Amino acid sequence: MSDAITEEDLLERIRNGDQAACALCIELYGTQVYRLALRLMKNEADAEDVMQETFLNAYKSIDKFEGRSGLSTWLYRIAYNAAMMRLRRPSPYTLSIDETLQQDSPLTVPKQLFDWCCLPEKDFETSEVREFLEESIQELPEKLRVAFILRELEGLSTQESADALGISADAVKKRLHRGRLWLRERLSDYFVEQQIPG
Amino acid sequence: MGHDECRHLLDELSPYLDGEVSETVCAEIEQHLSDCENCRVMVDTLRKTVYLYRNMPQPEMPEQVRERLYKKLDLTEFFLPQAS
Repeated sequence: MSDAITEEDLLERIRNGDQAACALCIELYGTQVYRLALRLMKNEADAEDVMQETFLNAYKSIDKFEGRSGLSTWLYRIAYNAAMMRLRRPSPYTLSIDETLQQDSPLTVPKQLFDWCCLPEKDFETSEVREFLEESIQELPEKLRVAFILRELEGLSTQESADALGISADAVKKRLHRGRLWLRERLSDYFVEQQIPG
Repeated sequence: MGHDECRHLLDELSPYLDGEVSETVCAEIEQHLSDCENCRVMVDTLRKTVYLYRNMPQPEMPEQVRERLYKKLDLTEFFLPQAS
Protein backbone atom coordinates (compact mmCIF):
# COMPACT_ATOMS: atom_id res chain seq x y z
CA MET A 1 0.00 0.00 0.00
CA SER A 2 1.18 3.50 -0.85
CA ASP A 3 2.58 5.49 2.05
CA ALA A 4 0.34 8.36 1.13
CA ILE A 5 -2.96 6.52 1.53
CA THR A 6 -4.18 3.68 3.69
CA GLU A 7 -6.11 0.76 2.27
CA GLU A 8 -9.14 1.86 4.27
CA ASP A 9 -9.00 5.32 2.71
CA LEU A 10 -8.59 3.86 -0.75
CA LEU A 11 -11.60 1.59 -0.29
CA GLU A 12 -13.71 4.43 1.03
CA ARG A 13 -12.84 6.58 -1.97
CA ILE A 14 -13.59 3.76 -4.43
CA ARG A 15 -16.93 3.12 -2.72
CA ASN A 16 -17.72 6.82 -3.13
CA GLY A 17 -17.09 6.57 -6.86
CA ASP A 18 -13.75 8.39 -6.82
CA GLN A 19 -12.24 7.52 -10.20
CA ALA A 20 -8.77 8.69 -9.23
CA ALA A 21 -8.85 6.10 -6.44
CA CYS A 22 -9.85 3.40 -8.95
CA ALA A 23 -6.86 4.41 -11.08
CA LEU A 24 -4.59 4.29 -8.03
CA CYS A 25 -5.86 0.79 -7.28
CA ILE A 26 -4.83 -0.28 -10.79
CA GLU A 27 -1.38 1.18 -10.29
CA LEU A 28 -1.00 -0.61 -6.96
CA TYR A 29 -2.33 -4.03 -7.93
CA GLY A 30 -2.73 -4.21 -11.70
CA THR A 31 0.61 -5.80 -12.46
CA GLN A 32 0.20 -8.50 -9.81
CA VAL A 33 -3.28 -9.37 -11.08
CA TYR A 34 -2.01 -9.45 -14.65
CA ARG A 35 0.89 -11.77 -13.75
CA LEU A 36 -1.43 -14.20 -11.99
CA ALA A 37 -3.83 -14.13 -14.94
CA LEU A 38 -0.99 -14.65 -17.42
CA ARG A 39 0.37 -17.64 -15.56
CA LEU A 40 -3.07 -19.19 -15.20
CA MET A 41 -4.32 -18.53 -18.73
CA LYS A 42 -0.93 -19.05 -20.45
CA ASN A 43 -1.57 -16.41 -23.09
CA GLU A 44 -1.61 -12.64 -23.09
CA ALA A 45 -5.02 -12.12 -24.70
CA ASP A 46 -6.88 -14.25 -22.15
CA ALA A 47 -4.81 -12.79 -19.32
CA GLU A 48 -5.88 -9.31 -20.38
CA ASP A 49 -9.55 -10.35 -20.46
CA VAL A 50 -9.26 -11.87 -16.99
CA MET A 51 -7.59 -8.76 -15.63
CA GLN A 52 -10.24 -6.46 -17.10
CA GLU A 53 -12.99 -8.68 -15.73
CA THR A 54 -11.30 -8.68 -12.33
CA PHE A 55 -11.24 -4.91 -11.97
CA LEU A 56 -14.73 -4.50 -13.44
CA ASN A 57 -16.14 -7.04 -10.99
CA ALA A 58 -14.17 -5.60 -8.11
CA TYR A 59 -15.46 -2.07 -8.63
CA LYS A 60 -19.02 -3.31 -9.16
CA SER A 61 -18.99 -5.34 -5.97
CA ILE A 62 -16.75 -3.16 -3.82
CA ASP A 63 -19.62 -2.64 -1.35
CA LYS A 64 -19.62 -6.39 -0.68
CA PHE A 65 -15.94 -6.40 0.27
CA GLU A 66 -15.97 -6.84 4.02
CA GLY A 67 -12.28 -6.39 4.62
CA ARG A 68 -11.70 -9.79 6.22
CA SER A 69 -8.69 -10.10 3.92
CA GLY A 70 -6.57 -7.41 2.31
CA LEU A 71 -7.67 -5.73 -0.89
CA SER A 72 -4.93 -7.43 -2.91
CA THR A 73 -5.97 -10.86 -1.59
CA TRP A 74 -9.56 -10.12 -2.58
CA LEU A 75 -8.47 -9.04 -6.07
CA TYR A 76 -6.42 -12.23 -6.46
CA ARG A 77 -9.47 -14.24 -5.49
CA ILE A 78 -11.65 -12.50 -8.08
CA ALA A 79 -8.95 -13.00 -10.72
CA TYR A 80 -8.55 -16.66 -9.82
CA ASN A 81 -12.31 -17.24 -10.05
CA ALA A 82 -12.50 -15.39 -13.37
CA ALA A 83 -9.65 -17.46 -14.77
CA MET A 84 -11.16 -20.72 -13.57
CA MET A 85 -14.52 -19.85 -15.12
CA ARG A 86 -12.78 -19.49 -18.45
CA LEU A 87 -10.53 -22.49 -18.11
CA ARG A 88 -13.38 -24.77 -17.13
CA ARG A 89 -15.69 -23.84 -19.96
CA PRO A 90 -16.39 -27.20 -21.54
CA SER A 91 -14.84 -27.86 -24.89
CA PRO A 92 -15.51 -31.08 -26.77
CA TYR A 93 -12.14 -30.95 -28.43
CA THR A 94 -9.75 -30.45 -25.56
CA LEU A 95 -8.95 -32.43 -22.45
CA SER A 96 -6.81 -30.61 -19.95
CA ILE A 97 -3.85 -32.69 -18.94
CA ASP A 98 -4.31 -31.22 -15.47
CA GLU A 99 -7.57 -33.10 -15.11
CA THR A 100 -5.78 -36.36 -15.57
CA LEU A 101 -3.40 -35.76 -12.69
CA GLN A 102 -4.14 -36.98 -9.22
CA GLN A 103 -3.40 -33.67 -7.58
CA ASP A 104 -4.19 -34.72 -4.06
CA SER A 105 -2.39 -38.02 -4.32
CA PRO A 106 0.69 -38.75 -2.19
CA LEU A 107 3.90 -37.00 -3.12
CA THR A 108 5.66 -38.19 -6.22
CA VAL A 109 8.86 -40.00 -5.42
CA PRO A 110 11.65 -38.13 -7.16
CA LYS A 111 12.93 -39.87 -10.27
CA GLN A 112 15.81 -37.64 -11.21
CA LEU A 113 18.72 -37.41 -8.79
CA PHE A 114 21.35 -35.83 -10.99
CA ASP A 115 23.26 -33.29 -8.88
CA TRP A 116 22.94 -30.26 -11.13
CA CYS A 117 23.10 -27.58 -8.49
CA CYS A 118 26.88 -27.39 -8.68
CA LEU A 119 27.02 -26.68 -12.40
CA PRO A 120 28.85 -23.45 -13.29
CA GLU A 121 26.77 -20.40 -12.41
CA LYS A 122 26.76 -19.28 -16.05
CA ASP A 123 24.69 -22.38 -16.88
CA PHE A 124 21.84 -20.97 -14.77
CA GLU A 125 21.97 -17.42 -16.02
CA THR A 126 20.84 -17.99 -19.59
CA SER A 127 17.58 -16.71 -21.03
CA GLU A 128 16.87 -20.29 -22.07
CA VAL A 129 16.87 -21.44 -18.44
CA ARG A 130 14.63 -18.54 -17.43
CA GLU A 131 12.19 -19.29 -20.25
CA PHE A 132 12.16 -22.97 -19.38
CA LEU A 133 11.43 -22.15 -15.76
CA GLU A 134 8.62 -19.75 -16.63
CA GLU A 135 7.11 -22.30 -19.02
CA SER A 136 7.42 -25.00 -16.39
CA ILE A 137 5.59 -22.83 -13.84
CA GLN A 138 2.79 -22.33 -16.35
CA GLU A 139 2.65 -26.09 -16.86
CA LEU A 140 2.31 -26.90 -13.16
CA PRO A 141 -0.93 -28.79 -12.52
CA GLU A 142 -3.64 -26.19 -11.99
CA LYS A 143 -4.24 -26.57 -8.26
CA LEU A 144 -0.54 -26.54 -7.51
CA ARG A 145 0.09 -23.67 -9.89
CA VAL A 146 -2.13 -21.06 -8.33
CA ALA A 147 -1.03 -21.78 -4.77
CA PHE A 148 2.58 -21.77 -5.92
CA ILE A 149 2.22 -18.44 -7.77
CA LEU A 150 0.52 -16.63 -4.91
CA ARG A 151 2.81 -17.94 -2.19
CA GLU A 152 6.14 -18.07 -3.97
CA LEU A 153 6.03 -15.53 -6.76
CA GLU A 154 3.59 -12.91 -5.53
CA GLY A 155 4.83 -13.09 -1.96
CA LEU A 156 1.52 -13.64 -0.17
CA SER A 157 1.72 -15.31 3.22
CA THR A 158 0.44 -18.86 3.57
CA GLN A 159 -2.75 -17.55 5.21
CA GLU A 160 -3.30 -14.86 2.57
CA SER A 161 -2.88 -17.46 -0.17
CA ALA A 162 -5.35 -19.70 1.64
CA ASP A 163 -7.84 -16.82 1.91
CA ALA A 164 -7.50 -16.00 -1.78
CA LEU A 165 -8.14 -19.61 -2.77
CA GLY A 166 -10.71 -20.49 -0.12
CA ILE A 167 -8.66 -23.43 1.15
CA SER A 168 -6.82 -24.19 4.38
CA ALA A 169 -3.30 -23.02 5.17
CA ASP A 170 -2.26 -26.67 5.37
CA ALA A 171 -3.53 -27.28 1.85
CA VAL A 172 -1.51 -24.29 0.62
CA LYS A 173 1.63 -25.70 2.24
CA LYS A 174 1.09 -29.12 0.66
CA ARG A 175 0.46 -27.67 -2.77
CA LEU A 176 3.48 -25.43 -2.49
CA HIS A 177 5.66 -28.37 -1.56
CA ARG A 178 4.32 -30.49 -4.41
CA GLY A 179 4.83 -27.60 -6.78
CA ARG A 180 8.44 -27.21 -5.74
CA LEU A 181 9.10 -30.93 -6.13
CA TRP A 182 7.44 -30.90 -9.53
CA LEU A 183 9.59 -27.98 -10.71
CA ARG A 184 12.74 -29.58 -9.32
CA GLU A 185 11.99 -32.68 -11.36
CA ARG A 186 11.47 -30.59 -14.50
CA LEU A 187 14.70 -28.68 -13.99
CA SER A 188 16.57 -31.90 -13.30
CA ASP A 189 15.37 -33.38 -16.58
CA TYR A 190 16.37 -30.16 -18.31
CA PHE A 191 19.90 -30.06 -16.90
CA VAL A 192 20.45 -33.76 -17.53
CA GLU A 193 19.52 -33.16 -21.15
CA GLN A 194 21.94 -30.22 -21.32
CA GLN A 195 24.78 -32.48 -20.24
CA ILE A 196 24.26 -34.94 -23.08
CA PRO A 197 26.69 -34.06 -25.89
CA GLY A 198 24.69 -32.95 -28.94
CA MET B 1 14.62 -42.76 -2.34
CA GLY B 2 13.15 -46.05 -1.28
CA HIS B 3 13.75 -46.02 2.46
CA ASP B 4 11.09 -44.94 4.94
CA GLU B 5 13.45 -42.36 6.36
CA CYS B 6 14.01 -40.84 2.91
CA ARG B 7 10.26 -40.70 2.27
CA HIS B 8 9.73 -39.01 5.62
CA LEU B 9 12.40 -36.48 4.72
CA LEU B 10 10.65 -35.76 1.43
CA ASP B 11 7.55 -34.63 3.35
CA GLU B 12 9.61 -32.33 5.54
CA LEU B 13 11.78 -30.81 2.84
CA SER B 14 9.90 -27.56 2.25
CA PRO B 15 9.45 -26.78 5.96
CA TYR B 16 13.14 -27.60 6.40
CA LEU B 17 14.24 -25.28 3.58
CA ASP B 18 11.92 -22.57 4.89
CA GLY B 19 13.33 -22.89 8.39
CA GLU B 20 9.98 -24.00 9.79
CA VAL B 21 11.01 -27.25 11.48
CA SER B 22 11.98 -27.57 15.11
CA GLU B 23 15.64 -27.81 16.11
CA THR B 24 15.15 -31.50 16.84
CA VAL B 25 13.71 -32.26 13.41
CA CYS B 26 16.37 -30.11 11.79
CA ALA B 27 19.11 -32.08 13.54
CA GLU B 28 17.49 -35.39 12.49
CA ILE B 29 17.33 -34.25 8.88
CA GLU B 30 20.93 -33.08 8.87
CA GLN B 31 22.08 -36.32 10.41
CA HIS B 32 20.23 -38.22 7.68
CA LEU B 33 21.69 -35.98 4.97
CA SER B 34 25.22 -36.68 6.15
CA ASP B 35 24.64 -40.39 5.49
CA CYS B 36 22.37 -40.34 2.44
CA GLU B 37 23.78 -39.06 -0.84
CA ASN B 38 20.44 -39.25 -2.68
CA CYS B 39 18.71 -37.08 -0.11
CA ARG B 40 21.57 -34.62 -0.09
CA VAL B 41 21.25 -34.24 -3.87
CA MET B 42 17.50 -33.87 -3.45
CA VAL B 43 17.86 -31.10 -0.87
CA ASP B 44 20.56 -29.24 -2.79
CA THR B 45 18.68 -29.32 -6.08
CA LEU B 46 15.40 -28.35 -4.44
CA ARG B 47 17.12 -25.44 -2.70
CA LYS B 48 18.60 -24.36 -6.03
CA THR B 49 15.20 -24.66 -7.71
CA VAL B 50 13.71 -22.30 -5.12
CA TYR B 51 16.61 -19.89 -5.57
CA LEU B 52 16.22 -19.87 -9.36
CA TYR B 53 12.52 -19.12 -9.49
CA ARG B 54 12.72 -16.53 -6.71
CA ASN B 55 15.39 -14.68 -8.64
CA MET B 56 13.95 -14.83 -12.13
CA PRO B 57 12.56 -11.65 -13.66
CA GLN B 58 8.80 -11.28 -13.25
CA PRO B 59 6.55 -10.57 -16.25
CA GLU B 60 5.39 -6.96 -16.45
CA MET B 61 2.07 -5.69 -17.72
CA PRO B 62 2.62 -4.27 -21.22
CA GLU B 63 1.87 -0.56 -21.53
CA GLN B 64 -0.83 -1.13 -24.17
CA VAL B 65 -2.56 -3.64 -21.89
CA ARG B 66 -2.50 -1.14 -19.05
CA GLU B 67 -3.87 1.57 -21.33
CA ARG B 68 -6.72 -0.69 -22.54
CA LEU B 69 -7.61 -1.48 -18.93
CA TYR B 70 -8.00 2.23 -18.17
CA LYS B 71 -10.17 2.58 -21.27
CA LYS B 72 -12.32 -0.41 -20.34
CA LEU B 73 -12.95 1.08 -16.93
CA ASP B 74 -13.67 4.57 -18.32
CA LEU B 75 -10.62 5.92 -16.55
CA THR B 76 -8.76 7.19 -19.60
CA GLU B 77 -8.42 10.69 -18.18
CA PHE B 78 -6.32 9.25 -15.34
CA PHE B 79 -3.99 7.25 -17.57
CA LEU B 80 -0.39 8.34 -17.33
CA PRO B 81 2.12 6.69 -19.67
CA GLN B 82 4.91 5.03 -17.74
CA ALA B 83 8.44 6.22 -18.37
CA SER B 84 10.31 3.52 -20.27
